[in-house]
Parts: sequence; C-alpha cells; structure tokens
Amino acid sequence: MNIHEYQSKQILSQYGVVVPEGIPAFSVSEAVAAAERLGSDTVVVKAQIHAGGRGKAGGVKIAHSLREVAVHADELLGKTLVTKQTGPQGKVVHRLLIEAGASIKKEYYLSIVLDRSTGRAVMMGSEEGGMEIEKVAATMPEKILKEVIDPAVGLMPYQCSRMAYGLHLPKPAIRKAERFMQGLYAAFTDKDCTLVETNPFVVTTEDDVVALDAKMNFDDNALFRHPEIDMLRDPNEENKKEREAAKAGLNYVDLGGDVACMVNGAGLAMATVDIIKYFGGDPANFLDVGGDSTPEKIATAFRIMLEGNQARGIFVNIFGGINRCDFVARGIVEAARMVSNDGKSLPVPVVVRLEGTNVELGRQILRESDIENVILAESMESGAESIVRMVKESEAAA
Amino acid sequence: MGILADKDTKVIVQGITGKAASFHTKAMLEYGTKIVAGVTPGKAGQTVEGVPVYNTVRDAVDATGATASVIYVPAPYAADAILEAVDAGLDLVVCITEHIPVQDMVKVRRYMEGKKTRLVGPNCPGLLTVDGCKLGIIPGYIHRKGHVGVISRSGTLTYEATYQLTEAGIGQTTAIGIGGDPIKGTDFIDALKLFNEDEDTYAILMIGEIGGTAEEDAAKWIHANMKKPVAAFIAGRQAPPGKRMGHAGAIIAGGKGTAADKIRALNAVGIEVADTVAQIGDTVVDTLKRAGIYDACHTC
Repeated sequence: MNIHEYQSKQILSQYGVVVPEGIPAFSVSEAVAAAERLGSDTVVVKAQIHAGGRGKAGGVKIAHSLREVAVHADELLGKTLVTKQTGPQGKVVHRLLIEAGASIKKEYYLSIVLDRSTGRAVMMGSEEGGMEIEKVAATMPEKILKEVIDPAVGLMPYQCSRMAYGLHLPKPAIRKAERFMQGLYAAFTDKDCTLVETNPFVVTTEDDVVALDAKMNFDDNALFRHPEIDMLRDPNEENKKEREAAKAGLNYVDLGGDVACMVNGAGLAMATVDIIKYFGGDPANFLDVGGDSTPEKIATAFRIMLEGNQARGIFVNIFGGINRCDFVARGIVEAARMVSNDGKSLPVPVVVRLEGTNVELGRQILRESDIENVILAESMESGAESIVRMVKESEAAA
Repeated sequence: MGILADKDTKVIVQGITGKAASFHTKAMLEYGTKIVAGVTPGKAGQTVEGVPVYNTVRDAVDATGATASVIYVPAPYAADAILEAVDAGLDLVVCITEHIPVQDMVKVRRYMEGKKTRLVGPNCPGLLTVDGCKLGIIPGYIHRKGHVGVISRSGTLTYEATYQLTEAGIGQTTAIGIGGDPIKGTDFIDALKLFNEDEDTYAILMIGEIGGTAEEDAAKWIHANMKKPVAAFIAGRQAPPGKRMGHAGAIIAGGKGTAADKIRALNAVGIEVADTVAQIGDTVVDTLKRAGIYDACHTC
C-alpha cells in the first residue's frame, strides 16, 4: 500500500526525522491559509499523487507570495499530471502539500528497502540526490553505498556513521544524519514498510539534515496490525475496479484492454494474460478468483469485468486441482444467470476452458447449460485463440 | 527416489485442527504420507483423521520422532510456527500459509541461519514425490511416476504444467512449489541442487514468474553446475511495472524482475523457454529429445 508524501512526512517526523514545515491543502483557500500560517518567504506548492517524477512533470511550484500560492494551487488542483511513473493516462491532483522552502546546500539520496536475495533490509545512499536511483544504479553503480541490516541487532551506529562519511556529508551534519537514518529504520520496522525513501534529503546551509521528499510503501500482508496505516488509504489513487474486486476477495489488476479473463491461481492468471496477448488480443485484466469460488464470487467477477463496457469477451481458464471442475462449472452457469438481464444470455461471449478434477462432469454442465454465449473450449490454446477472434469480430462489427 | 521426503518420512501437521489443514491431512494420508502427529495449542488429546494432536511441536516430535512438518497456521501466527518447528530440530518445514508479513520472514530467515532445518515456502503448494508422499496441497492424481523434476513459484501453474507432462507421457520424480513470496526458504538454486544429485531425476522443468532475480541467478548456476537438461516457463510477460500480480513477490520494481530479462538469461545459457503456458509440455518434450533422453523419460 502507498500513501502520500505529506502522510509519509508526518509519520517520519514522529521518528525524529526532520522534515520541512508543511500543511496539506485540499482547496485554493486552504493552500493560501496554509502558506499564511507557515509565514515563510518561499513556499513550495507540491502536488500529492502516488507517483514519482512530479517535479519534472510540473507538479512542484515555488511561490514567493500568497498570490503566487493561489495561482499555483489553482493550476495544480484538478490537473492531470503525467509523470514517468503514472503511465500515459496520468493522475488527477486532489491534494497539495504547502511547505516552507529550505535553503539547500546539497541534495542526497537515502532509502531502506527489502532485499530478496539476502532476505534482509538494506540501507542505500547516494550523493546523486534527486536522481532516480535506478538510473544511478544503471549508469554509475559505484555511487550507491549499501548497508545490509541484520534484523537481530538492527541498524548499527557504525553503519550510519559509515554511510554518513561515505556520502561526504559536511562534518556538522554527520551526527544529525546518523539520527536521521536511525529514524528511517525505526519507522521502516515499526510500520512494516517494504520501502522508505527520501529523494532527495538535503543538507541545508545551516547544516541541518532534512527530508525534502519522502515516500513509504507498506506491506499489504501486515496491514492487519496497522489500522492507523490502512486509514491513510486514498480511494482517488486506487483503480475503482481493483478496489471493488479487493472488497470481494478477488485479486484484480486493470490492464486497460478489452479481452477479459478469469482464472484460478495467480501464476496461471498471469500466464493467461500472456497467452491472450500471444494470440493478438488486448488483455483487459489480471484476475485470480482463488480456489473457493462460489457463484456469488464469480458473479461479482463477471460484473467487474463487464463494468463500463470494458470487456468485449471473457476467457475463463480453470485448472481444477483442489477444487472440482463440476463445482466451478455450476458456479459459472449460476453466475452468468445472476449477471444476465434476461436470465439466459450474457452481453459478451464467455469462453470457458476447464481441466482437472471432474472435468467431464464440468464440461457436461456447461454444454447442457441454457445460457447463450457461454462456450466450452476444447483446450487452453483454442480457447484463447477463439476469444481473441470473437472480440476482434465484434470490434469489426462495431 | 525424488527429493526431500519419501514414504517413510514422519510428518507432523501444524494447525491440524483448522478446516483446510484437516481436509489436506486426509488427502496427504490417502496419498501415503506418514502423518504421525498434529499440533494445535490447547487441543492436545484430540485426533484429526485418526492423527493424535499435541500442544507443541516439541511434544509431537518427542512422542513420534517426526522429522518434517507442514504448516497451515493462519498468517499472523505462521512465522512463529516456523520458528517453533526449527527450534524443535526438524529437517524439513513446508509452510503453505499465504500472506505472512514479509518482515516476519526476514526474522525467520535470520533465525534459521546456521540451523539444519530446510524451509519450503511460505505461500506455496508444498511438494509431492510421486508414489511416495506429499507435504502440502498438490493434487496427487495429476502425477505419474517418472524422471522429470518440477520446480515452480506458483501453485496452479505447477498443477497445469504437471498435468501437461503427464498427458504427454512424461512422468515426474518430485514436484516442488517454492512459493510466491519475495522472502522465502528454498529458492530455485537450492531445489536445482537437490535434483542435480537425485539419480532418478533426468531433467528439470522450472516455472518462474516476474519479480526479483532468482531465475537469472538460477540460469547462471545452471550454466556452471547443472548436469541435466532444464526447460522453463516464465509467467508475466504482459505484467505492467509496479503492479503486484497476485503473489506478493510478483512485481516488477525499479526496472528489475521483468519476464523479458528472465527469458533472456535462460535462453543465454541454452534453456528453452515455452512461448505460452499451453506449450509447457511440448517444450519439455523438445528439451528431452534434444538431450537424447526422451525415450528414457517417456513412461507410457
């Protein structure tokens, strides 16, 4: 789960990480009031969206007067920002962070991430602040300093000191930077983060160490013990279909195309998206219905796929391992009836591939079903091929 | 033969009184697995499918001499269950549980350093040695005894692939699901090592997916060490970056973990990668033929 920059900064400041004074704003008048309260000569107006690259996309503005704050806030609120990380459709700005400007001596990068191969958290630092760390890693990997953290003892003082000296921080900032790093790590472990990143953090002309930007990602699997984090969810940042699916216990990822699929198992679901593309289709989604799919759950899945007339065809790909094909087939027929307007037809073709436990019984149920538009596939390959063909034909007809 | 467990391995089931655990305990017993005890705190004295239940893993091990465990304990308590099994000195722990907080697994991995226990999973279907035993939830009937070892990060995809092998007349030794989490016990290289040493296994099918670099690492290891042919499949060619595709570990992050990178790394060391999930069986057959061991692996 992701949160906004201003929320990350609020959390980090509880752990002793110094952040610029700032106030979130949801309207122009709130933005002006916030700037007034800050009373700073320079105020930064920052668009709050769950994506990086905002600066280059025009989402961060400097203001020297309340009038300028109003102009920038008015421009940014409601604007669709297209950054490197949003995709071409961009993200609409609904919130701003109004921050006091900082006098920057130099910018740096610092993050704590989970490293899969060592199975540990790693602190990474670089003098190339403000630059994308992936770019630094690709072009000048020697500029990235790493400290692998032993969970038994946590981030050790010597590691912070080695990082601070390695980054060539000015002497008066060293101790402050060490406290800064300890704060990041404490937040990382306390809040079950998968990432804490400050890019950039800066040393000011007063040699203070300040997180100019902050990003936190949280482990979805640990949210059960962090209701305070779960509360920070911003529905505007989440895909509507993905949110609905999550509520129904379905694993759905919107892919934007028109050939939908419903599959049991995450791996097979990924592979099904791939095979639709392989046969020239444009996948609408990834959808794992899981093993215990009741008719109600399948009906919800159908409704989500059909919503907004996105799906022009649905490929159901089921391998009955633990669950039985006859159970799934009955679920599909019942769900189709629930979703259908007249009780016997669906708005788009549904091609079903069934394999595994009780497959013959399952196929028989589908063959004998009176629901129009539910078509049994002979194999996964032929099923994928035919749903793509049907969608293309319906596109041509339209 | 196969790897990690056989029909004589004494197994306990942690969380045995749960619904899924008791269902799968029955299935494991039917497949021939020697389930000797179950563990659920506070339920000592009960039985599940005729299997006696104990309060602690230590009690169960003392009473039965078990050396392996399968864990179905709910996610908030699963990491602790793994630690309890490691502390009791078991050789093998298979954790089926999904949604364990990843920082819990960081601690588990640290705790296991220098200990003899091998962990498979979490968030995995477990393992099945054909006509021997199964620890976990892999359906038995899709298998046929033979000479191909299967390693996979995904459950259903393991079943799909194994089914295609069986249909093609290619039997298996052991199928092992290593799980879809980013931080786990056994990884591809560990499983490849075991199959490399198993006399009955002539070839390996490895099924990877987006996220991390375990497949790339495995490709390097195979190139340097593997004595047997390997075929592969990678799921997630169309996955967009930054999106978690069902499994906690299936995410392209920071430009790393794409299917294209993995396929390139595998191809570079001569491993054939199936174009689609429907072609996994054919790809294995092709690999066996090129290695000249198709006849030896064709078991019907």
